[in-house]
Amino acid sequence: MEHTFAPATGVLSNIWLLVAIPLASATILLLLGKRADKWGHWLGVASVAASFVLGLVFFFALSGLDAEKRSAELSLWDFIVVGDLKVDFGLLFDPLAGVFVLLITGVGSLIHLYAVGYMEHDPGRRRFFAYFNLFVSAMLLLVLGNNYVMLYFGWEGVGLASYLLISFWYTRPSAATAGKKAFLMNRVGDAGLAIGIFLMFTELGSTQYDDVFNGVDSLAASTILIMGILLLLGACGKSGQFPLQAWLPDAMEGPTPVSALIHAATMVTAGVYLIARSNPIFSANTTLQLIVVSIGAITLLMGCLIGAAKDDIKRVLAWSTVSQIGYMFLGVGLGGGAYALAIVHLLAHGFFKANMFLGAGSVMHGMHDQVDIRRFGGLSKHMKITWLTFGTGWLAIIGIPPLSGYFSKEPIIAAAFEREVAWEAWVFGGAALLGAGLTAFYMTRLFVLTFHGPARWTEDNQHPHESPAIMTIPLILLAVGSVGAGALMASTVPDWLTPVLGESEGEAHGVLSHTVITILSLLVTVLGAGLAWALFRKGTALEPEPAGVLVTAARRNLYTDAFNEAVFERPGIYLTRALVFLDNRGIDGLVNGIAAGIGGGSGRLRRLQTGFVRSYATSILTGAMLVVGAFIAIQLGWLA
Amino acid sequence: MDPLKLPPIDYGALLPMLILFGAACLGVLVEVAVPRRARNVVQLSLALIAVVASLVAVIMERGTRTVTIGGSVAVDGPTLFLQGSILVLGGVSLLLIGDRTIEQGGAFVSQAAITVGSQKDAQQASGQPGATEVYPLSVFALGGMLLFVAANDLLTMFVALEVFSLPLYLLCALARRRRLLSQEAALKYFLLGSYASAFFLFGVAFVYGYAGGIQLSVVHEAVSNPQRSPVLLYAGLGLISIGLLFKAALAPFHVWTPDVYQGAPTPITAFMAACTKVAAFGALLRVLYVAFEGVRWDFQPILGGIAVLTMFVGAILAVTQTDLKRLLAYSSIANAGYLMVGVLALNPDGLSSTMFYLVAYGFSVLAAFAIISLVRDSDGEATHLSRWAGIGRKSPLLAGIFTFILLAFAGIPLTSGFTSKFAVFGAAVDGGQTWLVIFGVITSMLLAFPYLRVVVLMWLSEPGETTPAVSIPGFLTSAVLALGLIVTVALGVAPAPLIELTQQAAEFVR
Repeated sequence: MEHTFAPATGVLSNIWLLVAIPLASATILLLLGKRADKWGHWLGVASVAASFVLGLVFFFALSGLDAEKRSAELSLWDFIVVGDLKVDFGLLFDPLAGVFVLLITGVGSLIHLYAVGYMEHDPGRRRFFAYFNLFVSAMLLLVLGNNYVMLYFGWEGVGLASYLLISFWYTRPSAATAGKKAFLMNRVGDAGLAIGIFLMFTELGSTQYDDVFNGVDSLAASTILIMGILLLLGACGKSGQFPLQAWLPDAMEGPTPVSALIHAATMVTAGVYLIARSNPIFSANTTLQLIVVSIGAITLLMGCLIGAAKDDIKRVLAWSTVSQIGYMFLGVGLGGGAYALAIVHLLAHGFFKANMFLGAGSVMHGMHDQVDIRRFGGLSKHMKITWLTFGTGWLAIIGIPPLSGYFSKEPIIAAAFEREVAWEAWVFGGAALLGAGLTAFYMTRLFVLTFHGPARWTEDNQHPHESPAIMTIPLILLAVGSVGAGALMASTVPDWLTPVLGESEGEAHGVLSHTVITILSLLVTVLGAGLAWALFRKGTALEPEPAGVLVTAARRNLYTDAFNEAVFERPGIYLTRALVFLDNRGIDGLVNGIAAGIGGGSGRLRRLQTGFVRSYATSILTGAMLVVGAFIAIQLGWLA
Repeated sequence: MDPLKLPPIDYGALLPMLILFGAACLGVLVEVAVPRRARNVVQLSLALIAVVASLVAVIMERGTRTVTIGGSVAVDGPTLFLQGSILVLGGVSLLLIGDRTIEQGGAFVSQAAITVGSQKDAQQASGQPGATEVYPLSVFALGGMLLFVAANDLLTMFVALEVFSLPLYLLCALARRRRLLSQEAALKYFLLGSYASAFFLFGVAFVYGYAGGIQLSVVHEAVSNPQRSPVLLYAGLGLISIGLLFKAALAPFHVWTPDVYQGAPTPITAFMAACTKVAAFGALLRVLYVAFEGVRWDFQPILGGIAVLTMFVGAILAVTQTDLKRLLAYSSIANAGYLMVGVLALNPDGLSSTMFYLVAYGFSVLAAFAIISLVRDSDGEATHLSRWAGIGRKSPLLAGIFTFILLAFAGIPLTSGFTSKFAVFGAAVDGGQTWLVIFGVITSMLLAFPYLRVVVLMWLSEPGETTPAVSIPGFLTSAVLALGLIVTVALGVAPAPLIELTQQAAEFVR
């Protein structure tokens, strides 16, 4: 397939505004400082809402174009011109970018609105909105860039915003540590992405999407594999996939709107975007696809298992995010028509997970920032709207028809069973099916322990109350999305994305028929949910009880943190200490020694400057004898 | 025997020097004829007019390439460029010399026997206009320098050397403050200068013995077609070099520099640091490029060794200096080393980059000394480093300018210090003298330390009770400061026009 992009015309030549408006708002909020405290949050909301409206306008303008010319490329200026390297500061608005723009600005607007209420009593609200706007701007740049360097620019921008927002309450040691952890683990992935882009430039001489995609066929299979693995490393880092998943649950130290927008709905899906965008690279190598699928399967099971053992409402949701992105990775790894399925799941997930995170925020708002689900219970009577909206999210994620999760997740499970190699179909399909059951179990556990059963509140004078309208309205809108968006998107988005992701290959035949898979997945879902309901409907103990090997392991994140600590952190600390020692004793010693030597030499030489004319004259005479002597010596052949 | 014939004289080419010598003689008459009160204004105006007129004459002669008065004066590209530079820098120095607002009665006195601070001293300061003889003396020195860079035979060069040195010896002795130090400096300078002149003259005699003539072209001819034992040649070249290296302050002939720079009145120190350097290097360039080019392989390593020694002595000794004027003296010694690197490139780029360096350095050093003349207490200038602690808090503008000038000396980009060092080092690499450049870069690193120490002291130390006040500069000193700053920035940001000018000028006539 030849990859070409049509130049931006008409209203689409203004797509740069999408990035510029939130950026301008962030700049204003940061520069004005305290003067903007009174109204800064409204500017923040307005700028994202404006981007959403513009996004809609551009989206409809794009849909008005012919299918084969449905893209708009806009070169703003030469970004980097060094030798052979020429990087365009260019944007690309095509169907894939379009749906992401709508997700980011749409869900983003609702979460911004919610945050006005959520952050009302926080003295840093203006700073929060500045960073939040910065994030939206960077995320839009990430999905709108027309080359990998622009993508990387946005990629680092969202990383920065994420870091700033995770450690937004930087006076809390846990938040500061979580920010550092996210930053460091992301660096590992980002380094991979950067090296992947370098490799593209050396091999293909360009980082523009069209040049790279058209050049993939000319590359050796091994080169494609390496390039893909490097890009995948970046994707894993940003999306919290195995083996770089550990930062994402800790990132919940940030304010809840941040968890909802950045660490559930948008930024963490950037890895999926990267792979979907680079589909010509990933589709070109089956080994590469197998790796992606494996990572997806491992991560989705891991997320489910750990999520089932956690008691912190936000961490359960975070591990659930890890697990759901695992489904998306599974989808993009499967390739072909499953690319679009992964994107559909990504969009649907954006709605229902944002919905549940905001719901969790609402619960915390009413419960004095309590996060332990063992100490909730019976909240359905006190927080009706939160209960109902969270309920839609719960039903959506576990995949009960006709809510959105059913339409987005079930096709991925089916696609996994359609792998050509039989054992792969059984392994990956089985993992996806098992994941569906586990998801139903832990999400039901979360839902029941929070909203049903006996009240287990432990704080004195606890009066759970519903949140104000500014928080519930976004919840209701997101709940509507969780209910309806799935069916709508599952029927339209795959066709819409065809220009970018290619045709789906029609009906494939898997090891199991489609009907059987549908029945099976509904069965495991109901089984998991029913089991959880039966186990937890009477509530649970206030503290974690002793448990078996598997639960203990899951409570400890399957020992991945311990592994990281033993393999990377401790040797790293020893290496640092050794280097510091070397630096202090060796390099500093050398440097200070030289400095001391020069100082001492200077002090000694200075004594030659006696102030007596006789010694000066001697110096000149000695010099004269040396110079003339040297000349004579050269002449006589003693020197040179 | 043929009747004695007067050689043809190109008066146009000699006009710049004639104007200065004439104005200087006129200045002596002014001392006699004009009443005391009016003398300062008249003398300063006369000197400035003479410098401007002479500069105009240089510019009008810009296309001239000739040898005149029987081959003793060569007017060519380097001559005219260097004469122009000396005149511009000299004119700016005259503004410093003429400033009367910083110190009542000016920085100069001629009756040096009166005790400083006594009643008589106060009377002298308020009742007399200070030593106005400094103007004709400075103009004589300037005239000598113009001749020095134009001299095309060794005797004319010697005469010019004396013509500009003698007034400088005198000028050094005229400081109003710290008179003993000033007189001691002048005497040392005089004694050692005469000593070095003797070496020069001795060398001329040797070269005459070898070449049978003193014209540079004759020497060149003899060097190219050797017919006698070259011992005479090398001894002569060595001794002549020593005379010139002394004036240019290269180690180990630099010993006079710190004492004289410290003792001399600050405007004269500035004058010497800017103009004498141009003159000395101008003559050195001419002697080496015109007369002795044929034995370049022999003198390159020896003078290269001197350049390296100079850079190290200047840089290392600057580290422990506690007096700003002495610190700048060692900095000027190190800079002489860098200039020597450019000279030893021995290619047209070496010539043009050395000339560029001279102008760039001259302006920066004038501004630096102008600032030093402003920081004063009741005993005159406060040049001890400790007194400058925290001065950035008291007068941020002045400390800011000084910081910028120091960064220029350290060779930080966007200052003329960077472009000029880059130019001479580039020329030296092209000329195959990479080893000199390596030492140049190493010593530049060393030298950054003393400069930055001053910067740190000015900005990061708390001002003490003894931190002196900073005088408000008068119009003349402000003009010097502004010019020094502007040129330092301009040559750092847009050096191309001046570099082109030096490249066009970079060809000697024989």
